[in-house]
Amino acid sequence: MILYLGKRVLAVAGVLLVICAVTFTIFYVLPTDPAVHACGKTCSSEQIALVRQEMGLDRPIHEQFAAYVSGIAAGRDGCAFPCFGYSYQNSLPVWDLLTDRMAVSVSLALGAALLWLTVGVLIGVASALRKGSALDRTLMAGTLASASVPVYFTAMILLLVLVQYLEFLPYPDYRPLTEDPVGWATNLLLPWVTLASLYAAMYARQTRSSMIETMGQPYIRTARAKGLHERTVVTKHGMRSALTPIVTIFGMDLGGLLAGAVITEHVFGLPGIGQLTYDAIFKADQPVMLGVTLLAAFFITVANLVVDLVYAGIDPRVRYA
Amino acid sequence: MTALLQVTDLRVTFAAGTAVDGVSFTAHQGRTLGIVGESGSGKSVSSLAVMGLHRNAIVEGSIVFDGEELVGASPSRLRALRGSRMSMIFQDPLSSLHPYYTVGEQIAEGYRLHAKASRRAARERAVEMLADVGIPSPRARVADYPHQFSGGMRQRVMIAMALVCEPDLLIADEPTTALDVTIQAQILELIKKIQEERGVAVIMITHDLGVVARVADEVMVMYGGAPVEHAPARQVFKTPGHPYTRGLLDSIPRHDLGGGGPLQAIPGSPPSLLTPPQGCRFHPRCPIYARASAEICATERPAFIAGLACHYPGAAT
Repeated sequence: MILYLGKRVLAVAGVLLVICAVTFTIFYVLPTDPAVHACGKTCSSEQIALVRQEMGLDRPIHEQFAAYVSGIAAGRDGCAFPCFGYSYQNSLPVWDLLTDRMAVSVSLALGAALLWLTVGVLIGVASALRKGSALDRTLMAGTLASASVPVYFTAMILLLVLVQYLEFLPYPDYRPLTEDPVGWATNLLLPWVTLASLYAAMYARQTRSSMIETMGQPYIRTARAKGLHERTVVTKHGMRSALTPIVTIFGMDLGGLLAGAVITEHVFGLPGIGQLTYDAIFKADQPVMLGVTLLAAFFITVANLVVDLVYAGIDPRVRYA
Repeated sequence: MTALLQVTDLRVTFAAGTAVDGVSFTAHQGRTLGIVGESGSGKSVSSLAVMGLHRNAIVEGSIVFDGEELVGASPSRLRALRGSRMSMIFQDPLSSLHPYYTVGEQIAEGYRLHAKASRRAARERAVEMLADVGIPSPRARVADYPHQFSGGMRQRVMIAMALVCEPDLLIADEPTTALDVTIQAQILELIKKIQEERGVAVIMITHDLGVVARVADEVMVMYGGAPVEHAPARQVFKTPGHPYTRGLLDSIPRHDLGGGGPLQAIPGSPPSLLTPPQGCRFHPRCPIYARASAEICATERPAFIAGLACHYPGAAT
């Protein structure tokens, strides 16, 4: 088990290194000159050359890459560990930019995940148990509609109705959880619902098909033959198996969202990683883009690892070799 | 001898059609009834009806278990009987066991429910049951998962699970079909042994006449959702009354008859339950009908009289 875990952590590090190399190379071959961006609009060509030398951009790519990676692992001169370089826009360390915004994205992702998991699974199970009924058809039509509507559209409708007309909720303005828990929740409610409406719909459909398949399994008949109450049959014998595939997609979805929900954050003006990504792309702020990419890759690979570990806890047939 | 289970004129209808029509049989304590037939003959449907395990089906007729009518009984009453007084084992023990729970948990589950036993007592009971069905080192294996057992051992686990509450009736639905031939014999021996020790009534459902010959006291042969012959086992094998039974017996390879010739197969295929043939359901495949081309076979359904549903009783032997 420990050996397995060690191997997997090494594999995660390997994947991250590869992603880092690919992303780094892409930025290297891009026509934008980082030195021009870093120096500013009024720089002369001599100044730009100086900046280029200072930033190490005149060195070969593998040396630059080695410097970047060792900076992440151990820090560099004047740039504390973990060093992801400096933003071209405001010369702040990329790591600080990321950590400042992390709380927003994590709050958004975790809250929405809790919401969509609960709602999605409940709808899916209810639909599966009454397959073909009016309830099933209504719920599935609803989820199809909900999954088809883009996030920015849902966001706009919710903003218009709940904030503008009904004045039921404030316009989202992020408050840290530690300072103002109630404000944190009320301000994040709209973004949560927006994100969750999309994911809950997909989870409901996935849960439904998985549950229908499970309830047709012979071991469900065995459970009924024991004289168990249908409630026990559904929860203990049915849902335990049916939700296994949900765990997989949940890990990946949550991992992806932790590194920022770009559109949702942008629409609601939440100062999270997604917003940072959006700005970085428009300003060609390569160190920030690189940092965000690595962060996202980190969350997804780690989520994947966690899913595999959880899987073994759920399904005893999965054993570590 | 009073019957433990008395099924009279059972009829099971699904949305797609009637799967079983006019099935009657009885099961007695300490005795084995073999129900034989091809896939789709209605043998499993009949037994699931006894267990009250049909969902989305209309069950009509009468099923009297120990003096109590089960057709129309409340779901909670059926739940109380299932697993405690009547149990069932199924064809494929791997898919019939839940892959995520240990065999101990699965055996103990029914016992905790029906005997109101504590977790610890139920676990002890599970160990005891595993020992009873011949699983070596039961105390260690009780914590294993189904996939860690071989096919035959899994079926033993299923049997332990079915017997944990000392039921009066055990329905075995093709219990040996998914197993190797050598393992089949062991499982049948086990069922026989348990029956002798505990005096349970056994209903053995199978398509395999060899299995029936080994364990059954009486045999009911089903075809197209209804019984065609019902007689003591010895009589069925010695002097089969129905041409279908005859056909089944002829299609078994026999060494003792010095064989060597080609196997006799029953021509055609089992009837569709959606559009069953007019008259006797077997007549399109029947050698008597082919020989005599008797009008009555194609137009009138034969009544089930004296254990036989055939317009030409005796012609098969």
